[in-house]
This record gives sequence, C-alpha cells and structure tokens, in this order.
Amino acid sequence: MSTMKKILSSFWQKLFGDPVRAFGVVSVLLLLALAIAPAKDHFSEWHGYQRKYLSLIHDRGDAVSLRRRFEPGIHQIWLPELGVTDRCTTCHLGLKEASLADVSQQPFRKHPVVPHSLDGFGCVICHGGQGQATTVAEAHHSERAGEEPILPTRCIESGCGQCHQNALPGTPQLNLGRVLLAREGCVHCHTITRPDGSKIEATDHPPSLVHVADKTTREWIYSWLKDPQAYAASTTMPNYKLSDSDASDISAYLISTSNSLPGNTVAISVKSAATADAAAGPSLYGESFCASCHATQNAAGNLVGGDLGPELTRIGNKARPEWLTAWIQNPRGYDATTPMPHYRFTPQQTATLVAFLQAKTDSDYGANVHQAAITPQQIAHGRKLIVELGCAACHQINGVQPPENFAPDLSTIASKPLAQISFLGAMEHTVPAYIVAKIRDPRAFGASVKMPQFTLTTTQTDALTTALLAQSTRARQMPDTLRVAAIPESKYQPAGRAGKLITELACFSCHRFNGRGGDMAPDLSWEGSAVQRQWLTGFLHNPNTLRPSLIRRMPRFNLSDTDNKEMTDYILTVYQSPSIDADAVQVAITPEAVELGRQLFYSKYACQACHIVDTKADKGYIGPTLTQVGSRLTPAWIYAWLKNPHALRPGTAEPNQNLNDEDARALTAFLISLKGAGGRGAK
Amino acid sequence: MTRSNFNTMIQCSSAAAVFSLALLCGCRHMASSNSGLKPTATGTALVESSGGHQLGSTGTALKDPLVVQVNDDQGTAVAGALVEFHGPAGVGFQPTAALTDSSGQVTTAVTLGAIAGRCQISAVTPGKTKAVSLDVVETALGAQQRLGAILNDTYCSRCHDPESSPERVSNYDSLAVKPHVFTDGGTLNKISDADLTSIIQHGGPALNRSALMPPYGNTLSTADVKALIAYLRAVADPAYQPAGTVYERK
Repeated sequence: MSTMKKILSSFWQKLFGDPVRAFGVVSVLLLLALAIAPAKDHFSEWHGYQRKYLSLIHDRGDAVSLRRRFEPGIHQIWLPELGVTDRCTTCHLGLKEASLADVSQQPFRKHPVVPHSLDGFGCVICHGGQGQATTVAEAHHSERAGEEPILPTRCIESGCGQCHQNALPGTPQLNLGRVLLAREGCVHCHTITRPDGSKIEATDHPPSLVHVADKTTREWIYSWLKDPQAYAASTTMPNYKLSDSDASDISAYLISTSNSLPGNTVAISVKSAATADAAAGPSLYGESFCASCHATQNAAGNLVGGDLGPELTRIGNKARPEWLTAWIQNPRGYDATTPMPHYRFTPQQTATLVAFLQAKTDSDYGANVHQAAITPQQIAHGRKLIVELGCAACHQINGVQPPENFAPDLSTIASKPLAQISFLGAMEHTVPAYIVAKIRDPRAFGASVKMPQFTLTTTQTDALTTALLAQSTRARQMPDTLRVAAIPESKYQPAGRAGKLITELACFSCHRFNGRGGDMAPDLSWEGSAVQRQWLTGFLHNPNTLRPSLIRRMPRFNLSDTDNKEMTDYILTVYQSPSIDADAVQVAITPEAVELGRQLFYSKYACQACHIVDTKADKGYIGPTLTQVGSRLTPAWIYAWLKNPHALRPGTAEPNQNLNDEDARALTAFLISLKGAGGRGAK
Repeated sequence: MTRSNFNTMIQCSSAAAVFSLALLCGCRHMASSNSGLKPTATGTALVESSGGHQLGSTGTALKDPLVVQVNDDQGTAVAGALVEFHGPAGVGFQPTAALTDSSGQVTTAVTLGAIAGRCQISAVTPGKTKAVSLDVVETALGAQQRLGAILNDTYCSRCHDPESSPERVSNYDSLAVKPHVFTDGGTLNKISDADLTSIIQHGGPALNRSALMPPYGNTLSTADVKALIAYLRAVADPAYQPAGTVYERK
C-alpha cells in the first residue's frame, strides 16, 4: 500500500513538481481536450459520405461541374411554415444532379422526377423519418418517443394525401385506399376526419335487416354469419368468427324481430314460371344487363360481372321466391335507398327471372344446417351480441340503436405514438407495419378485439394503409394555401314527377348528373343540349348501343309513353349547358360544306381511326358510332364538342384538336348530314 | 501524415469494414437459406414458367408470382431441387429459397425495390457440377412512369396495344397504318425524346407520319407528355439507353 503511494507521489512530482513542467503538461492536456470536437466532426458519418461522394464524382466525365456544385458541411432545407428542417441533403448529395441518374449507390442517386421541388417541400413530408438528424440510424430508424422511422416505399403515396384530399391522377394506390375506406365499411365504425375537417362518408349500401325474415331463412342467416365469403366470395361483409351458438342466437334475434311487409308474401304464380321457355331466363337476365352490377361465378370459379350489387352465384339458397318477386317488381318498396332500378317487367317476365334466379342454387351450401325453435334466452343473448359487435353500425336492425363512435377515431392514426401501440412478437415497430397487421388479422392482437376479419388482397391492404398514413397530425398543420379539398359528392335531387322517375329507375347508379352519381355510364348533366328530342324518345323506349365495344349497356325499362315523355321533356329542358347557345351557332348544311367536312374527317383529322361513319369501310370503335349522328346530336353540341371536348366532358379520350372555326363548321355540316340509313341504332 | 494518405487509410479501413460486413451478411444469408431445406435432387437447367417481364410500382409486390422450373438433361421436371432467388438491394422474395414441387416448379412472390427502372433478378439452383442460374427482368415504375402508365391506359393503349381483353377491345387491327407497340424498343429507342414529344403534341403529320395519330398537345400538359415518354422508355424492350455523354470513365 505504502509503495503504491510512493510511486504515485513520485509520478505526481515528475509531472507537476516543477511549475514550468506543470504548465507544459496542462497545456498538452488542454490541447488534447480541444482536439476532441474537430476530431468528432472529422470522423462523423456525414463527413464520410461527403468524402465518398467526392471520390464517386472524381472519376466521372462531368466531375468539374459536379464538384463546383458541391458544398462541404451540413446542408439544411428550412421551411418554417411547413415545419420542415431537413438535413437529409447533407448525405444525399446527388438528389438534384441529373447526370447521376445511372448511379445505384445510395445515398448519391438522383431523386426520381416528382411534381414538387425538393427545396419547396423538403424530404420528411413525403418520406417521414427525422429530418434534423445527422446520422443514418437516427434519421432513418429512430423509434424514440415522438419519432418515427422513414416510410417504406410502398406507402410513399400517403405523403401526397396529406394535402391532396381529391383524387390525383398519379396516385393510384392512395386513390384506391380512399375508395376502399368508404366502400369496405371502415367508416361505419371508425370516424375518419380529413385534415381539412370534412368526414369520409360511406359509399357502400349495407342492407336493412328490418324485414329480413321476408327475404330469407334463419338457416341462411346462420350460415352467412358463420362465413360470409363461403356464400359470396366478393362480399364486403367481414367474418366475425362467431361460435355456432352465437351465430344461432343472432339469427334468432333478427328473425324474431323482423316485421313483415304485406307485398312480400304474395305467392308466385308457379304456372307461368314453369311454362316459360328454358332459354327465356338467361336471355332476359342478359338483355336486362343485370351483369353490369351483379357478378356470378362462372364454371372456372372466376367472378364475372359488376360489383355494384350483391353477387348472385347462390341467390337461390338465400332469397325466398315471394320476396324476390316483390323485390324485382318494386325494389324501393323493400329498401327506399337501394341502387337497384325499378325495371317495370311484366308479371310473365318477373316470373321468368325469379325462376332463373331461384335455379342459381348450390345444393351443398348450408345443407346440414338445422335450427331448433327460438327460445327467449336466445333472443336476449342475440341482442346482447348485436349490441356488443356493433352490427347496427352498418345495418338497420329493429330494437337496436346505431352505436356512436363505436370504434377508435382514425383521423390521426398515422401519428399514433409508437409507445401506445402494443406490437406483436416478431413485428417491425412502425406504424405502417402495425396498420397492415391489424387489417390483415385483427384478432391476433387479442381475443377481446372486436374488429372482424376482412377478406382483402395484399394490394388492397397496402392501399388502405397508404390512405390511413395520410391521416397524420402533420397533415393538420399544413398551411391552408397548400390544401386541395376533396370534391364532396353533391346531394343533387331532381324535382317533380321526373325526379321521382329518375329515382325509381336509379339513373344515379350509373349516370352522373350535376356532380352526383356513378361513373359506369356518361355524365348527363348537359344531355339536354346534346341530343335531339326524337332520338331521346326512341332511345328511352328501346336503348340501342352507341359504342359497340362496350359490354355494359343501358338496359330497357319498359317505360310507358307518358313516363317517356315526362323524362324526355325534363332532360331537354333542365340538363342544358350554359356554354352552348343553339341559336348562336349557325351551320349551313350545303353540299360543298358537307363535302369539305368529309374530306377533313377522313384525311386531315383522320377521325375514322376511332369512329365509324361508313359501316363497310370504317372500322374504328373507340368513340361512338356516327352513322346516324345527324339525327342524334344537335349542331350546336357537335360544334362545341369539336372545338373543345374536354370543356363538355372532362377526361374524355377524344383529344382537343384545336380546330379553327371554319373546319369545325365544315365537320359539323358533314356530321349533321349523317342521318343513318333505315332503322335506328348500330347493333 | 498527409491528407491523401489519411484519406486512403480511411478508405481502406472502410472498404475492409464493408468487406467484412458483406462477408458476415453472406454467411448469414447462406445459413438462413439452407436451413431446413434438404434438396433431394439436382437439375441441370432452369426455365421461367411465368412471372417475368411484369410492371409494378416501386416498393410494391408484383401482381403475379414468379414461377421457375428445374429440368434435367432430358428436359423433364425435377422435384425436390433447391432454388434460391437473388436480386438487387431492396428486392424481396417470399420465400427466398425453396424446393421444387412435384411438377418441378418453385413459386415466389416478388416485392420490388425502391429504385425505378429495370430490375434484374436471378434464380439459382446448385446443379450437378456447377450452379445454374436464370435471369429474369421485371420493371419498377417510379412516380413519373406510373403517371405515364395511367395516361397510357386512358389515351394510348386502345390503339397502341394489340392485346384485347373482354372489358377493353383493342383498336389496333382496325387501323390502316399500324401504330408502334410501346414495348417495341427496337424502333422507339431510335426516336429521340424531342421527336416523341412533337409526335404526341402535334400528331403523326408532325413527323410525316400517319394522321391516324391525333395531336394531344391541347389535351396533355408538358409534364404529362414527359411522364408518357418516361413510361415508354421504361417498358422498351430491348432496354432504352439514353443518348449523350457517357459519364462514367471505364
């Protein structure tokens, strides 16, 4: 011990015994301490990347200009109004260098072309991560409180969705995700407020269960609840993974509380259906274009048809024939807001169609399901389950109020702190990974989770995740000048008798008028300016196709002459374009003008590439057939259309050819001269 | 110590670190890919069954899985042979290695990386004497090419794509002068960006070509036209090589 002390004191003596020596030693120590900071800076990660960048550009042909644009040191994009302080460009040095497009070594690659400038928006607004960090680990992977790792590339479109609430042409995944949020039933339970304050509204149509016993049997409800996808692969109804007794109890409650509508129990005239021709059913189903909205499985197991209405592959297992008859005869009698049109079939046609649909039965489906008589205990337990599971959030159910705020609000789900999320074992600790896992298998997060199992593809899950990741707190703090609002679906409802007819025929299911309606068929907001009375009357009477290459076509509604006149009058009077003045456009239909127009049509503008005028010579079938366009469209509309088709129908495939007035007049004269030989329509 | 010396030292040490890291990763990769997979047979040839030449967005899974088949000398399928998949950084496979099924095939789902452009992936099977590999090319579309793809669907593909589907009948056969198919790199790679731009904006007659190609200059914005050309270049087969200075000194 004492020797130890001796050595130490002699060491101390050697270093500090002499004041001059002590001063020297202290100076050296001080210098060393001072050198720590520059050394740390020199060996810092970003410095290494800048050196690597210099050696990368050293060997390139444009090294001189690249080196001139290179600035050493920390770079920063600072945009206080967006809350952006991004130092990513300290290491990502080639982002703006067009000539580095061939470099695959990160972080030096050129940024791909995007609509916004890097200096105007920074990096983290789209990519996430920590912009202020100067090390890769902290910038890219930080999971500390309030910090998030950068977004995976597959969700990158969510960045656009923070400001753009409308559908952008370049973000298919985000657009799909938003459509799915509204269509797959998410917003029935979850409230999702967009950053601009508007709410995402549901676009699906879950059926009311108030009269469900008229429609189907308790056995079918039981089988359906057990596994909805077994009945219809395409249904959006999720699987609640109910036990046998729970499914039985819910079916008991629904059947026992259902009240009957008088019309739904009228027995079908079996005789007329039985005597019907065997081919009559399929041909009526085909010519009524039921498949435009309803899908069926073909022999190969693929779904064929639209997704607006429910799948009809096994409809015979579900619907009672009496109900089906009443439904086809008047869908709005059962459900006032259904998108199904009132077809005005004759009783014979209805019977044929019901017989055809009843034959769509799978004898194996629900074959062994038998439900015993309903007990009061079952009904009480069924009601309890319906309240617990939130069935009434989607469906109207007798005796159960729709719940409010049934599931967590998802308005800022993308900014949910990682500390508040209970991740599963082998899961990546990020919000995107959590959202994907939760959508894919909600019950994996615990048996008490009420969220049911949805049937979604990987693409759909990724799209939903992308749309949800746009719901961040950052999106709420964006300046209003950058916000692009969602275009709300208009509540337009036409008035009077014609309005009632338009609702009954469900025109809005396919056509769009004044901002409301579907996109399966043309927008008719200005149809009154476009078409001639005689043609419209004939078309409503018996619609013939205008575009031979389309599968989905306008069905025939068997309108009475009064209804037809009512509709024609209404369309011609109300749906007028303010930009088209029939009197202002005077087109002289002289033989010279027609001949000039013909030459322009065939040679200068080569319209025959897409349109057919002469059925023998022309073959183009992208645009409508024009063989009798002269008896269909008004001259004023043709002229205005030729001048600028996009002003009349945004997004149409016909390019704006920037015609001069003279050419437009001659072409109009030629088209008006095409009255069609003999009967209407080009089949 | 001079600065250049010091730099060389740093580079050497970082190179060594990268090398050892790569070794480590390689070892881990080998260990993980072989774990649990015991090949019962070996083949001598690999052929692609389906899933090549697909288009997808960067970072997302391709629509169809990649299916490759292992054959022996006689061309018959070999069951139980090991196939491993490799790709550039960021490209994912599910699974990365598998044994061929009874029909000699292995199916893997491919997730594209973050870098847009052609993405060459390879399937490797051990083989009898040396490893046999098969290269498959997929194309990842970035933001600009994706917009181009959408515009192509709206305005171009009805005439320029000869394939018809039940939903969408091609107009290709109806045209007196046949349009160029966008994948026809042999022809389109020779047309400069400037010429493509003027043909899209002003129509076929701008370059003394058919008037059946209408002008889109008043319909599409300049950015749209650029996006369309970017898409066209991305799908060209053979691949498009931009003209101009070759920057990298070999």
